[in-house]
Amino acid sequence: MEEQSGKKTELTCIRCPIGCALTVTEYADGVLHVAGNTCGRGEEYGKKELKNPTRILTTTVRVKNGSHPIVPVKTRTDIPKGKIGDCMKAVKRVEVEAPVYIGDVVLTDAAGTGVDIVATKNVEGRG
Amino acid sequence: MRNADIVVVGGGPAGLAAAAAACMEGIEAEKILIVERSGELGGILNQCIHNGFGLHTFKEELTGPEYAARYIAQVEEMGIPCMPDTIVVNIQAGEDGKKRITAMNRREGVFEIEARAVILAMGCRERPRGALNIPGYRPAGIYSAGTAQHYVNIEGRMPGKEVVILGSGDIGLIMARRMTLEGAKVKLVAELMPYSGGLKRNIVQCLDDYEIPLKLSHTVIDIDGRERVKGVTVAKVDGNRRPVPGTEEYISCDTLLLSCGLIPENELSSDMGVALNPATSGPVVNESMETTVSGVFACGNVLHVHDLVDYVSEESANAGRYAAFYIQHALAEEKEGKAGGQRNKEGGMEAKESFSKKKDCRDIAVKCKGGVRYTVPSSIRLAYMQEEQVIRFRVGDVFRDARLVVRLNDTIVMQVNKRIMTPGEMEQVRLKKSKLEELEKLEGLREITLSVEKKE
Repeated sequence: MEEQSGKKTELTCIRCPIGCALTVTEYADGVLHVAGNTCGRGEEYGKKELKNPTRILTTTVRVKNGSHPIVPVKTRTDIPKGKIGDCMKAVKRVEVEAPVYIGDVVLTDAAGTGVDIVATKNVEGRG
Repeated sequence: MRNADIVVVGGGPAGLAAAAAACMEGIEAEKILIVERSGELGGILNQCIHNGFGLHTFKEELTGPEYAARYIAQVEEMGIPCMPDTIVVNIQAGEDGKKRITAMNRREGVFEIEARAVILAMGCRERPRGALNIPGYRPAGIYSAGTAQHYVNIEGRMPGKEVVILGSGDIGLIMARRMTLEGAKVKLVAELMPYSGGLKRNIVQCLDDYEIPLKLSHTVIDIDGRERVKGVTVAKVDGNRRPVPGTEEYISCDTLLLSCGLIPENELSSDMGVALNPATSGPVVNESMETTVSGVFACGNVLHVHDLVDYVSEESANAGRYAAFYIQHALAEEKEGKAGGQRNKEGGMEAKESFSKKKDCRDIAVKCKGGVRYTVPSSIRLAYMQEEQVIRFRVGDVFRDARLVVRLNDTIVMQVNKRIMTPGEMEQVRLKKSKLEELEKLEGLREITLSVEKKE
């Protein structure tokens, strides 16, 4: 059967801590089939990882006059894996003023990805 | 002296979920007290800024601080009081059933709290260098992975530039990526065992993504440097975990991170007479998450070290719920006593009475065999069991294409084929109460056994 002869790639799904062992089959017509996943996110991840691998980047940003010196942040959605370095460089230059709240945008369109970087913790002002 | 129905020791994910669940079960918010050692709630989640939390609980992927914030908001909305910057130094269980908690902070000095029930949610700590027997001097630059995580993610400081990590626990793997992102060169992760102690997904996304090498069956046999770490010597180990001569390799670095296991923090528990399970270093608990001291419950990493906070929240909510039942039972008994033996059947008391009057309070042991290292809980009382009981466990070795078998007495009631089971990933089975009751009627239930067996 033609369909059996697709190119198989073994992956570990990283969309949740379960870490399902995925087998992604790429057929001649470009159609991708994912097996081994336990949820819809696994299928989405398997396909994406083959066509356009992406990651959520989490890091920290300096805070001025805050109860803490830094605030943790993340890209609101996945960014291309190859853009992680550029996003780190861009976010290093950012400093925000306290208070900062969960979901506040600290950097728009990080490194041309079209994805905003948002705060993931509340940091109140000092005193 | 302060009074409370429930004192929760620890304001991390376990303590927060337990307190919220107890309140939802009917304990007045102001009669619950969370005592937290640090300045803010959320525990270790505050420094776990990576994503991957909450998929089971909230059906979305959150970072540690975001996950914590949901529970903190819940506890605050409920109005459950919290004492930050306060450390519990001792707990005593009196013969009257009351628990006396000695705590201390800068504002009030040493003081006592009297509680009907205590929920232990102190979490765990990292195995330190002193417990690892690595020769060499004591230079600066050696940190546990969690300490480095605190420096980088809370204080915004980098502990070093060239890093070797000993141990492939999850925090070590997460820090390998984190320090790489912040500009450090992570040269190697060395793991003593022939398998990783961390989650597969962390190996993929923290090491493979950044081409950081992982050497299994390798360890650090020497640390070079007097004032500051200059390098480490890594060697391969044999089947008995002894270094193999001739395999030594010197790696220059200024930082050594240790990610060599977590140990539940149970000094308070053992001082008050709570029995500990040597396999987990956490309290022995029954289906209610109740320890061997009546009215003292345990949940989260103080009970057994978890991989997923989602399971901590679930387990801790159970502990909170059962602590609430325990108190409602105690109150009902007091009321009965005051009414001169007359049964008070008004209001919601009836249900609580029937809960406490159940006869079958026999402990049915949950036993481990063939590769299963421990289970939580260690015993089940049928009368208190919910319709479905989750039994969590870890295996002691890597098993491929094996079968997990659950027996009631000698009867197999469940068989699950497993593609892979590893010590680094907690497993669970769900037992149906109906099955247990069936066997109880038939021949009397003596024991429940979990074992890893060969696939037929």
